Amino acid sequence: MSFINRLADFQMDVLKEVGNIGAGHAATALSTLLNKPVDMSVPAVKIVSFEEISASVGGPEQPVVAVFLRVDGECSGSLFLLFAETSARVLMNLLLNKEEGGEGEFTEMELSVLLEIGNILAGSYLSSLSELTGIQLSPSVPSLAIDMAGAILSFGVLSYGEMGDQALFIDTVFLEGGHQLEGSFFFIPDPHTFSHLFQALGVPGL
Amino acid sequence: MKVLIKVGMADLNVAGREESLRSTGLGSCVGVALFDPRVKVAGLAHVMLPQSSIAVGKEINKAKFADTAIPELIRLMQEKGAKAECMVGKLAGGSQMFTLGNREDTIRIGPRNVETCKAILQQYGIPITAEDTGGNYGRTIELDGSTGILHIRSVQHGSREI
Repeated sequence: MSFINRLADFQMDVLKEVGNIGAGHAATALSTLLNKPVDMSVPAVKIVSFEEISASVGGPEQPVVAVFLRVDGECSGSLFLLFAETSARVLMNLLLNKEEGGEGEFTEMELSVLLEIGNILAGSYLSSLSELTGIQLSPSVPSLAIDMAGAILSFGVLSYGEMGDQALFIDTVFLEGGHQLEGSFFFIPDPHTFSHLFQALGVPGL
Repeated sequence: MKVLIKVGMADLNVAGREESLRSTGLGSCVGVALFDPRVKVAGLAHVMLPQSSIAVGKEINKAKFADTAIPELIRLMQEKGAKAECMVGKLAGGSQMFTLGNREDTIRIGPRNVETCKAILQQYGIPITAEDTGGNYGRTIELDGSTGILHIRSVQHGSREI
């Protein structure tokens, strides 16, 4: 048993609020980009075995479009923005004012648009988190992958490997008004950063 | 139809000739597939990190680290009648899913996993007959318990057998 299993309810609520504020700002940014309303779910804080981390996006083999940023600094962790391929296509069509369709592989142009969208959304997630906590966050350059969810997300849980077989992540789903477009944020704080995070937010730590 | 045994992340298992072993969504993790063709005993470990020395706490999950998973896998296969000197090994996975400028250390975990697995197999004198490692893509692998053939599937690069 590691400490993540001993988090109190109020600490879980604080982490939910982190997801709420981060994804809320990102959803607003997306709404502005698309000029359409964007809804979001109540964030979920999940503590699951490594194998189950991809369960909420369709299992380890499910192909997903992922933008990944590694966050360094006092609050380090991994931030993933995930879309199903169909949703990424819808996003593309909405942004580029295309009617329908788009088949097969994404073009270079589309890939760089996806990466930039990821960059903007992840940027708003992290900057709101930074404002909230007063912690300086230094994100890496974003990186894009279209691959199996398990292969992608496993990268974010490596730092949990030292201390147990479970990881904690904050999952927030957002939906475009017509619900044609769905994406999710997975924020996986590194295990050693929780005490900093709680301290910065003024709640009793671990 | 063979009985399919699932091997999760940081997990390992062994199979006989009527079974096959499957690990899904390997990224930087490495699938270590061992096979004793003489008695048709197969073993698969889904290794996440190279060294158990970084582990905190007393109880560790042996399957998680290359340096503890491989000896444990060999031990379990020996219980089923396999011999280490008859075993052959295959490796798959160990990719580098993302490239992030100069932050090489964590990023290089895939290649480091592969290097460590190779070094440990060498200590046991187990030859690596085939590998499909590295790259920047995920893999799903399935080890046939009767032939030792490792079937590899990926989203970007199709399927192959080694």
